[in-house]
Amino acid sequence: MRNTIVSIIAIILGLIAGGLLMLFIGANPIEGYSYLFQGALKNISRIGDTLATATPLIFTGLAVAFAFRTGLFNIGVSGQMLIGGLAATAVGLSFDLSRPVLIILMILAGIIGGGLWAFIPGLLKARFNVHEVVATIMMNWIAYWTVYYIVPGYFKGEFLETESRKLAEESTLRTPWLTEMFQGSYINLGLFFAVIAVLIIAFIINKTTLGFELKAVGFNRHAAEYAGMKVNRNIILSMLISGALAGLGGVALYTGNASSMQIGILPSQGYDGIAVALLGANSPVGVFFAALLFGILYSGTGFMNAMIEIPPELANTIIAIIIYFAATSVLIHRLLNKFRKTRSNANDVNGPVGKKGEA
Amino acid sequence: MWTIIEQIFPYAIVFTIPLLITALGGLFSERSGIVNIGLEGLMISGAFASAITVNFLQDKMPNSSTVLWLGILAAIVVGLLFSLLHAFASINLSADQVISGTAINMIAMALTVFLARNITGSGNIRITSGFTPFDVPILSQIPIIGDLLFTKTYATTWFILIVLFVSAFMLNKTKFGLRLKSCGEFPQAAQAAGINVVRIRYIGVMLSGALSGLGGGIIILTYAGEFTGSVSGLGFLALASLIFGQWRPLGILGATLFFGFASTIANVSQVIPELAVIPPIILKIFPYVVTLIALVLFSKSSQAPKAAGEPFDPGKR
Amino acid sequence: MSYVVEMLNIRKEFPGIVANDNVTLTLKKGEIHALLGENGAGKSTLMGVLFGMYQPEQGVIKIREKEVKITNPSVANQLGIGMVHQHFKLVENFTVTENIILGSEPLKGMILDIDKAAKRIAELSKHYGLNVDPHSKIEDISVGMQQRVEIMKMLYREAEVLIFDEPTAVLTPHEIEELMKIMRNLIKEGKSIIIITHKLKEIKAVADRCTVIRRGKGIGTVNVKETSESSLAEMMVGRHVNFKVDKEASTPGDVVLQIDSISVKNNRKVLGLKNFSVEVRRGEIVGIAGVEGNGQSELVEAITGLRKVESGKILLKGNEITNISIRQRIESGIGHIPEDRQRRGLVLDYTLENNMVLEVYNKPPFAKTGLLNGTAIKKYARSILEKFDVRSGEGGASIARTLSGGNQQKAIIGREMELDPDLLIAVQPTRGLDVGSIEYIHKRLIEHRDKGKAVLLVSLELDEVLQLSDRIAIVNNGELIGTVIASETNENEVGLMMAGVNKERSV
Repeated sequence: MRNTIVSIIAIILGLIAGGLLMLFIGANPIEGYSYLFQGALKNISRIGDTLATATPLIFTGLAVAFAFRTGLFNIGVSGQMLIGGLAATAVGLSFDLSRPVLIILMILAGIIGGGLWAFIPGLLKARFNVHEVVATIMMNWIAYWTVYYIVPGYFKGEFLETESRKLAEESTLRTPWLTEMFQGSYINLGLFFAVIAVLIIAFIINKTTLGFELKAVGFNRHAAEYAGMKVNRNIILSMLISGALAGLGGVALYTGNASSMQIGILPSQGYDGIAVALLGANSPVGVFFAALLFGILYSGTGFMNAMIEIPPELANTIIAIIIYFAATSVLIHRLLNKFRKTRSNANDVNGPVGKKGEA
Repeated sequence: MWTIIEQIFPYAIVFTIPLLITALGGLFSERSGIVNIGLEGLMISGAFASAITVNFLQDKMPNSSTVLWLGILAAIVVGLLFSLLHAFASINLSADQVISGTAINMIAMALTVFLARNITGSGNIRITSGFTPFDVPILSQIPIIGDLLFTKTYATTWFILIVLFVSAFMLNKTKFGLRLKSCGEFPQAAQAAGINVVRIRYIGVMLSGALSGLGGGIIILTYAGEFTGSVSGLGFLALASLIFGQWRPLGILGATLFFGFASTIANVSQVIPELAVIPPIILKIFPYVVTLIALVLFSKSSQAPKAAGEPFDPGKR
Repeated sequence: MSYVVEMLNIRKEFPGIVANDNVTLTLKKGEIHALLGENGAGKSTLMGVLFGMYQPEQGVIKIREKEVKITNPSVANQLGIGMVHQHFKLVENFTVTENIILGSEPLKGMILDIDKAAKRIAELSKHYGLNVDPHSKIEDISVGMQQRVEIMKMLYREAEVLIFDEPTAVLTPHEIEELMKIMRNLIKEGKSIIIITHKLKEIKAVADRCTVIRRGKGIGTVNVKETSESSLAEMMVGRHVNFKVDKEASTPGDVVLQIDSISVKNNRKVLGLKNFSVEVRRGEIVGIAGVEGNGQSELVEAITGLRKVESGKILLKGNEITNISIRQRIESGIGHIPEDRQRRGLVLDYTLENNMVLEVYNKPPFAKTGLLNGTAIKKYARSILEKFDVRSGEGGASIARTLSGGNQQKAIIGREMELDPDLLIAVQPTRGLDVGSIEYIHKRLIEHRDKGKAVLLVSLELDEVLQLSDRIAIVNNGELIGTVIASETNENEVGLMMAGVNKERSV
């Protein structure tokens, strides 16, 4: 409950900061936000786009949150997305199979690719105590350059040097009935997989012995070791699952929302996952709602930018500021405590007065 | 072969300098006990500040090198101010320093482009001219060394080298250095000795902000010439250099030189026949892979400041 | 008679508790004044107030008859107050000199004048007989020597009032003698000393007057010469205490734990335990006596599987367990009350329920095919918490962090005893607890022995080892010095052995 309040306050503060920024560049914040929300939710097609935008964020948020629960900071989600997306795209472009088989293979490829990319830092952490933050950052850049050379080398697009070939419509997560239902939106099956992932991860964390172990390792690895749990195995496993989720995020992004890989860019969804996880207090359901909110911000800024001259980077800025407020939630806690105190004092003062009124 | 080295050398040094100064900034922060993975963002903020300053003033004072130095100053000031966000979160609020640093990175990346787009429309800021390389008189005539070290140098390079040696001196020989290190190793000891840990840590983080901002500014005013909203992960590379250099100024010099050369070789490999035979992907990922290997090798004997990353609460026992 | 320090009617609150309530302490010039109280009575808080780490809500502090506000440790330093903290405040990879000058560094121009400081330290060291080498690194010197560096820090700053917080906890009996000699020397030089302790013997040995506090309240100040140990104890606890532990003579049975000349590396990668052998039988308590850091942790971690054994063998009920996993050891009958309950013993952010099944969560009835059974866990936890009288706000649903230290420890002991282990390893089971809890835990350990189980007790409190154990093995520098029968030995003998003097050789 308290976590939710803190998250909501962080969101409000972030939105206020965004409003101040709009003021600063001479735009009207009320107008700006109204266009932003219209852009995200005005009609069924835009709602579809918003959900689709949120889909990779659900995965990356889950990835970060899951690792967090084991005390690991997976800042390498971007790289894991790239490799997961690359693996899935490679499968999609290389094999000519029936649609269900191909989609399953692509998803598996994404899971394996992302998992592998996170397995290496997990192993280094478990075996050599190499800090996972630095290791995953290095893995990000290795992924960046790997994609940078592999895509033009093996999957070069017809027109652009910086893109892979496009996946055929049947080889993506798009599906006609969803597209029609949302009137031409690019919403796709990724959303369903994301919801399934939320449920599975919630189940693992809360109901299984694996979740019990992972959380114990996260809270206190010394106590976990003392109690006979295999700390190193849990660290590797946690990174593997986190990376697999990130890889799925890559699948959703590159073979669902888009249908090709781009080079020369680390997907920002990887870093946004940190914000999503923080805001969702590392709980799968919280992650789901936080991702939806960010979906709205991202998907609405395009429309806002088209209607009035506010740069679309406003969304990133607001999200970044929300992370800062989430990171400094101590401050919000303190304010809440102060508020509660003054309110209870106020009640004391009002109490007798109220009684007098009754009499 | 010799000619290749001769050609590469000046470029490698130019590339090394921003990395060096940023890693040095990270050193001050971490040795005071505050982990700073926001170096990337701080560099971006400095790059932005210098680009916008020079872009704005260059029309008014064309061909004046004062403008460039004002750009450098702006980079330092903005980096410093921006780092206060990180200092406040991690020192006053005991926030998770890695998360706070991440927030710094994201705010810098988003906000600078937001502002740049608002100013220029495209999100990029171009400057007309940056620092011009020059040959150091007399010294550049020395055989071998002259060609390697004293030709095509930038004024900023010499400036940064002075900063490096002053920093090493400060860290190892002065009162401030002793106090800074004690805060990073065991802040409770520093506090018991009457040292204001909060103040020292603020200074550490602010120095990291100022120097990282300076690093970002130098990128713009030497080899980049244009602000594009990113420093291509150099801040993270600086962080790796800090670990590679084992939190010591001269160690950092060595580590950043390594990265400087590795990156330069990767960048020019296509135009040098001897290097073109190596697949470029190998050259590009080489520094990162080496860092991972180094992390494994150093894991047994790490000299990391013991208290880095741990919040310090002066009221607690 | 003039007072150098007067703390009058001090009150200090922390959120939720009153740590000091109307406490008065006065220190005469040239005296050694003991501050006595149980763990958690508020001694350290009171001294923290004097040293400027906390600000009192009420009360007056006078130094040399002038009222002062001590807002931080450097103000205390300027007033001539120095403190040796229980956990030393030394930077490990700094030299002795660097540590001593930190905060008041001598300069030559801009540069630290290390040479001048080192020279002065060498002089002071000679004057007070401290024997400190100014150029050693802290990580390379013994704990006793580190304490002298702390003393030197105060002398270097020309402190007149010296506070020692539980200074003997980490020392051998011999080192304690030395420390007391140093203290008397300091008094002769005109210094005044406050010593915080809960050890009555030391007070009798060294102090002139003694102020007692209990649960934050000042109980009174007495002249030590005119007061007996037992009346000091009564003042401290608030009732008559019998420090004797009641127990029957032991009737040892089969060997449960047999350790056959094991060697174990310590954190510094050198052998911290060398060719160590000991055995523990059913129905006996074997105590390990030794000064902190002489191989006890390595021994315990080797038995429980937390640390690798380099050579030698460990047998449990005749089966070799030297290289099996921690979980297998727990399953074959080892219970472990760890040294550091917050670091090892509990997941502080878990509920008590989860903590009670920390070792058995994956076994029926608590889990089936990988799924947890919440009801079974709840029931099991409730029975332990009731049996061991663990008090908490919300019963089993309380977060472990919210419990008091004594209740956390009781929960751990309950959890380990509920497993009914054939071998119970109890490491510092009563550290930091009040007398009531200590008595309770001692009783439980003896009960376990009387059920025919083996108990290995590791404690730094020599009294505890002497009273609870049936046999005592003494370690020094990682080696077994000897094993003695508890009823046939005394403090002096064990103390000498702890300092490394072998029984045979000394005879």
